[in-house]
Amino acid sequence: MRNKKIKGLSLQVIPFSELRGLSISERVKKILGLVLSDKIVIVHGRLRAEEEARLIEDTMAMVDHVKNFKGIELAVIEPDMKNESIIVKIKHDIAKTLVGDSSALTVVGPASIIKEIKKDPKKIELFLN
Amino acid sequence: MLKILKSFAKRILQSMFRQREDIKIGFYGPPNAGKTSIANKICKDWTGEELGIVSSIPHETRHVQFKEKVDIEYKGKKLAFKIIDTPGLATKIDYEEFVERGIKKGQAKKRAKEATQGIIESIQWLEDMDAVVVVLDASENPYSQVNITIIGNLVARKIPTIVVANKTDLKKAAVKKVEAAFPDYEVVGISAKEGTGFDDFYEALFRLSKKI
Repeated sequence: MRNKKIKGLSLQVIPFSELRGLSISERVKKILGLVLSDKIVIVHGRLRAEEEARLIEDTMAMVDHVKNFKGIELAVIEPDMKNESIIVKIKHDIAKTLVGDSSALTVVGPASIIKEIKKDPKKIELFLN
Repeated sequence: MLKILKSFAKRILQSMFRQREDIKIGFYGPPNAGKTSIANKICKDWTGEELGIVSSIPHETRHVQFKEKVDIEYKGKKLAFKIIDTPGLATKIDYEEFVERGIKKGQAKKRAKEATQGIIESIQWLEDMDAVVVVLDASENPYSQVNITIIGNLVARKIPTIVVANKTDLKKAAVKKVEAAFPDYEVVGISAKEGTGFDDFYEALFRLSKKI
């Protein structure tokens, strides 16, 4: 992947419904499979904390075994709920419990392509290598 | 009836005389935040010996290292801790970054390999912690995904946590920014380099111990 001149970016969007029925291992495998093929993955939703930890663990195992793979850049953008009313927050939490957190976006890309991801609640900036 | 009474008495006696195990405190955070510097200062203060080697090159700590029976005394109270220093968590490791910092290519590759394994080890040790001190560099952006992932995992595992904003000696240090990023946690500003803020840290550590 190193020294490859980037002519374009390949983005792959994964709807939350595609991940819902998968186990932790399957979710992480699916995401890392796409990242390994130089795609920037945008997951509609956010992984659970333990899934994020697993994603880091599996990424490190792959850095160790896959030539020229340096790892990933990861960012999660969530709606800013700070100024919302308690009712809106409760509705959001109930929806999160019932159908998973689909209000967030998770961006995962290969570190060889993305140097840094900067985010604020409303926008995301990808800095390329 | 006699059997029940005997068993009850045995349990009472065991709980009275059982030696309390050390409280396992893990130091977690991104690379180069100063986890080992803080762990060293604590171990040096209370046992006379340091825990690990410190370096300005990231991923100096590549294996979990710990010191047992660290008896800390604060305001007349004494608690025994097991201080566990963990490799910094990251989502990417590039051996070329080590080469740029003057390490030979072969050594840099070895360091990178050890660093990846260290990160896996850190995550696996999380299960064993009684409480965690998340160490962040107060001069860096606290909103990084690694920091958020660490805190998220501690919440999911219900592990009592305090956040330390280290490197307050730096001009760019902004403890308030760390507090704003993690409003649900007690944030203590310290400088491991200058040895300042440790009284507040020990006070927070003793408060944290009550939550275990």
